[in-house]
Amino acid sequence: MRRSLRGSLVTLAVSALLLSACGGSSDSDSASGDEAVKPGEKVELNFWSWAPEMDKTVEAWNDTHPDIHVTVNKQDGGDTAVTKLLTAIKAGSGAPDLMQAEYQALPTLVGSGALADIKDDIGDDVQGHFAEGVWSAVTLGTDAVYAVPQDSAPLMFFYRADVFEKYDIDVPTTWDEYAAAAKKIHDEDSKQFLGTFSSNDAGLFAGLTQQAGASWWGIDGDAWSVAIDSDASKKVASFWGGLVEDGVIDNTPMYTPAWNSALNKGTQVGWVSAVWAPGVLAGNAGDTAGKWKVAPLPQWNAGENVTGAWGGSSTAVTSQSKHKAAAAQFAAWLNTSAEGVKALATVSNVYPADQQNSAAALTESPEFFENQDDFYDVAASVAGTVNSFTYGPNTNVAYSAFNDAFGKAAQSKKASSFTEALATMQSQTVEDLKSNGFTVK
Amino acid sequence: MTSITSEPNSGTVRRVPDQTPPRRRSRVPKAPYAFVLPAVFLFVFSIAIPILYTAYLSLRTVKVEGLGLGPGARTEVWAGLENYAGTLTDRDFLSSVLRVLGYGLVVIPVMLGLALLFALLLDSVRVRARRFSRLVIFMPYAVPAVISSLLWGFLYLPAVSPFTYAADQVGVTLPQPMAPGLVLFGIANIAVWGGVGFNMIVLYTALRSIPTELYEAARIDGCSEVQIAWRIKVPIVIPSLIMTSVFGMITTLQVFAEPTVLRPLTNNISTSWSPLMMIYRDAFTRNDIYSASATSVVLAVATFVLSFGFLRLVQNRAFAQENR
Repeated sequence: MRRSLRGSLVTLAVSALLLSACGGSSDSDSASGDEAVKPGEKVELNFWSWAPEMDKTVEAWNDTHPDIHVTVNKQDGGDTAVTKLLTAIKAGSGAPDLMQAEYQALPTLVGSGALADIKDDIGDDVQGHFAEGVWSAVTLGTDAVYAVPQDSAPLMFFYRADVFEKYDIDVPTTWDEYAAAAKKIHDEDSKQFLGTFSSNDAGLFAGLTQQAGASWWGIDGDAWSVAIDSDASKKVASFWGGLVEDGVIDNTPMYTPAWNSALNKGTQVGWVSAVWAPGVLAGNAGDTAGKWKVAPLPQWNAGENVTGAWGGSSTAVTSQSKHKAAAAQFAAWLNTSAEGVKALATVSNVYPADQQNSAAALTESPEFFENQDDFYDVAASVAGTVNSFTYGPNTNVAYSAFNDAFGKAAQSKKASSFTEALATMQSQTVEDLKSNGFTVK
Repeated sequence: MTSITSEPNSGTVRRVPDQTPPRRRSRVPKAPYAFVLPAVFLFVFSIAIPILYTAYLSLRTVKVEGLGLGPGARTEVWAGLENYAGTLTDRDFLSSVLRVLGYGLVVIPVMLGLALLFALLLDSVRVRARRFSRLVIFMPYAVPAVISSLLWGFLYLPAVSPFTYAADQVGVTLPQPMAPGLVLFGIANIAVWGGVGFNMIVLYTALRSIPTELYEAARIDGCSEVQIAWRIKVPIVIPSLIMTSVFGMITTLQVFAEPTVLRPLTNNISTSWSPLMMIYRDAFTRNDIYSASATSVVLAVATFVLSFGFLRLVQNRAFAQENR
């Protein structure tokens, strides 16, 4: 007994030491193929997801597919799931078969060999279900397909309709009008703000620059380019910096107890957010149900109709999965079949990226917005207008640089320090790419 | 793989002299080795191997080919001391070290001073409700740091803080504990709140072990209670104070939970506020375990040098007291 225990512990230790040495090669073995399934045997798939009620959404699949059973393993959120997956990939075991992955994490995951290419395992018709911009996010511009798009998150403008009515303000259609509305509201009541600039939410800021035409990374032949401090981003940074400097919007982070209470008490009366906002508002500002409305995001040039995205995720098959074909089949079902898309929309309350079946699935406005019948019409009108945007292999580095640089800028309340923060992000991101050996242009 | 072994082969395998020849009675007793075995296993697998593996990782790095997409694009290579050079020249790291040293200069004296004061008060003859007070002072230590940071975080946020609300009612403006210049004190306050009780118990236990004859003799000589405290009790508990200072220094260098929990609530705590936060960011946000390992080794060495240096510095005094 003791001998065998010692033996296995030694093996464990040795393999732990050797893992790092063969970390690079493990990807290629696992890509070689699936473990054979004997006839009559049930395939068990494990799915990491953080979408609400995903286990109930998946039940529809399990009921109709007796030979492939999917178990949902609830995760805390996008970033923690990515960290866990990368750790499991490095360790050589422990990864799930399927994983909900945010679009901005895909380059990092693909670069770490964490995801399988499922191009040959999904039907040719899958691509037709998605808008071009969304599809390019899961192929990363290559011939491979690393995931099936799950939900998209176009940016929109959420506002307290009752407050706008009270102060007789028109819903802003341009950012100039937004600035004017913010000033008017703050002038009327010095405790009220139309929004806040949050240094904790790089994803939102990236989406706002995306609307203005920025794409923070780019692929140029065999090299990456980084354009975080492009003119488009600078325009966005100095716009928000100006609002913070004038004191007409707040400068404290979102998703804090203070922010929740401000939404609920009605001192935050607007939110630039994505289509998933109703869920957050219902959870944090329950007292204001029925008072909010949604409008397309204000534009930089009157008459335009473009937006960015904040979040959105895909369903990917990991490189450690022993049943990649079955997993890919499930990913395609979840995100393109009429049944799967309907369950996603109505049970898990996400906004499906699919364009063929989602209209039928999204007929009623979210409960929190029952005062607005055309909620999903507004969403559908902007969903196709998301500007294209390329995420880089070190999005996580850029995002954590954003936290620190824009934290300081927001605190200083100077528009000039907002554009300086962009320059800091740019140089830290480029430096990180170079030190990892990437070719950077 | 194992299924390949068929019936006839297993016979041959059995013939291989795998077992050692009949055992001789050994004169060396085996029982003691068996007793220490669990401890050795635990030490080797949960301490020694992780440390060695961290040291190994700190000498490695990942190199990327081309765009870094597709399998095999990233390979792990030797980095030599590159990661260490990176850590030691990183301005974020240096400023986090300085920040934490400043934090320690606030936390340790205040925490130990309060702990000593409470211990002396509890030990004095006139105190009432001793057990209750001891329990109340100790209680915050039982609250996990994450929970206490959340609690204090709520109190620090002006929009939800009852203190700010109460102060507004009477027209007073309170300072903001999470403002740029004060955030260090805000975090120090949480650490002091949580740490005083533990240190108080350590010092109090030391005080209780002092023979009471000493006090009687002092009183006969005309000492007041304050003089007894200052001239007898404090010098005698100095070894305990030294020990608690070393613990304090170690926990200070490793401060993590409090600033990590408060960070999302404010603009004024960066992701590299303390060295451990920076290690966490590098390892788990930036997915660079190699430089995180190097920083960990540097931090461990610094902790070791600081605590042993401090012990060396005060050794004479400590021993002088113990020999009395």
